[in-house]
Amino acid sequence: MTAATVYVPRDASALSIGAGEVAAAIAKESSARGIELKLVRNGSRGAFWLEPLVEVVVGSAADGQAAAAGGGHPQPAANGGQRIAYGPVTVADVPGLFAADFLNGGAHPLCLGPTDAIPWFATQQRLTFARVGIVDPASVADYVAHGGYQGLRRALSMAPEAIVQAVLDSGLRGRGGAAFPTGIKWKTVLEQKTQQKYITCNADEGDSGTFSDRMLMEGDPLCLVEGMTIAGLAVGATQGYIYLRVEYPHAYRALNTAIAAAYQARYLGSDVLGSGKRFDLEVRLGAGAYICGEETSMLESLEGKRGEVRVRPPLPAIKGLFGQPTIVNNVMTFASVPTILHQGAEFYKNFGMGRSRGTLPVQLAGNIKRGGLVERAFGVSLRELLYDYGGGSATGRPIRAVQVGGPLGAYIPASQFDVLIDYEALTAIGALLGHGGIVVFDDTVDMARMARYAMEFCAVESCGKCTPCRIGSTRGVEVIDRILGGV
Amino acid sequence: MPASHSDTVRRIVEDMKGRPGPRIEILHSVQAALGYVPSDAVPIVAEALNLSRAEVHGVVTFYHFFRESPPGQHTVSLCRAEACQSMGADELAEHAKGRLGVDFHETTKDGTFSLEPVFCLGNCACSPAAMIDGRLYGRLTPEAFDALIAERQPKTSGSKQ
Repeated sequence: MTAATVYVPRDASALSIGAGEVAAAIAKESSARGIELKLVRNGSRGAFWLEPLVEVVVGSAADGQAAAAGGGHPQPAANGGQRIAYGPVTVADVPGLFAADFLNGGAHPLCLGPTDAIPWFATQQRLTFARVGIVDPASVADYVAHGGYQGLRRALSMAPEAIVQAVLDSGLRGRGGAAFPTGIKWKTVLEQKTQQKYITCNADEGDSGTFSDRMLMEGDPLCLVEGMTIAGLAVGATQGYIYLRVEYPHAYRALNTAIAAAYQARYLGSDVLGSGKRFDLEVRLGAGAYICGEETSMLESLEGKRGEVRVRPPLPAIKGLFGQPTIVNNVMTFASVPTILHQGAEFYKNFGMGRSRGTLPVQLAGNIKRGGLVERAFGVSLRELLYDYGGGSATGRPIRAVQVGGPLGAYIPASQFDVLIDYEALTAIGALLGHGGIVVFDDTVDMARMARYAMEFCAVESCGKCTPCRIGSTRGVEVIDRILGGV
Repeated sequence: MPASHSDTVRRIVEDMKGRPGPRIEILHSVQAALGYVPSDAVPIVAEALNLSRAEVHGVVTFYHFFRESPPGQHTVSLCRAEACQSMGADELAEHAKGRLGVDFHETTKDGTFSLEPVFCLGNCACSPAAMIDGRLYGRLTPEAFDALIAERQPKTSGSKQ
């Protein structure tokens, strides 16, 4: 008998609702019963209403009595077995789970059947999040066993121009919010003839309702490391920085653990996979300034300065970090690159609609029944996300509006929920897709108060460089106050 | 600032000043070591980096995370952003202020708790959220908040009070 493998997430959100205590209880109960088990602390699968979600690996579909209940297809797991989910698990449930023989997929009221057959997951199209919640985030071996570093291997056999062309052909656009074609940015940096270039990752995920960057950095950090390494090869940059917001201490630890493991396994450093090419990577912490999610402020902050925006031109691609040509991309953008290199530009491009190619990890947040991460090809409707995945509001009241694109985005009323998730479709209704965060409000929300809040937020977070923002946001608050006061 | 603090700041500056763009990195290390960035630390950092005091002070004051006064024993950060608001963060904030008897950016008289607002902890599917000393909490209710505070409240020594 080999030891059973049990997965309990170490994702910050899962921990915030008790995953750490559940993991400790499982370890304690197993040793009390003299049962040997392998406890893996994975990322979250992203179904937060099921967290803490505990998974066990059973040898084959026939092993689990519960497997049949799920009605799905058997999915391969790490050891060729299948993963059976139980959730949401509390510490009090743990002895009962052991009594029900959950280590062999035993029947229990919390059993959800095979994880991959849960409809919420089964209908998603996970490319960027393919490994999040599946692998051990700290293990290079596990990453490679699940298709990791295939993209880098492919890139190492290609000329820099060909790598850039693949990204260009994939149609990938910046996932941070501006949706600028990634390949064009990379091409500009490639064309610069300087000794030193930089790859910088914007991990200052500041919009309320967004957490996909955090989840990926905690659940599959090597995917980001690989994407940035490929970018380094593509444009001839040897140094990368991840600019991470200080509000994400769990991601900080996960990234540093993964980076150290990548150095150890020679996927980073002076001789990446024996190619003779160098790529070094370091995490730098922000210090709580929303504006640093804007790329030029982020570069100022990386240089240690106040996060004030720079006047463009020159573009960061020409004169960026420390005055050198610099790629600035969001976590999701870099994390999309390994798939593009591994599976090909054509594969990636075949997902999506119009000029929005590939998939988008959408985040369902706020007052929603089934909140979490839904990755789908562009073109899914807001309604499907809110009701089919989200299940409506958490309070059970009608949804009044959803905020998309953070404080600088827009509130979309229920009458426009048929809009498709597509950069151009949202722009056409005066909204903004941004980083793909959707914050749900029920009909008790005071929209005037939310408008005031957004304007006040802008006033507080303005870096002060440009007059319209510095003065205008304050005047805006005053105007809204007069409107609310009936003046 | 006690002499031991000056020594700590000097040691941090010496260790880190050779790094590219070290100013924020140094301030992070100072705050990690001392709990805040004392105003007396500013000239030490400025001199070592060949900057004016204003260029260091300006960075300290630009970023919300850096604090210029010592924090309480426990720092309670409540998320104030929209997703948490949709699930009752405003009510939770009012409750927290009442429970601790302080407003945001203040520390309780006994020095046990500092209450800070924070704008998004990335826990938006488990709103409302808070972080206490780096530990994240989700789906908070006033009752759950009180329990977290009670766990950290120093035990009063009944007889002598």
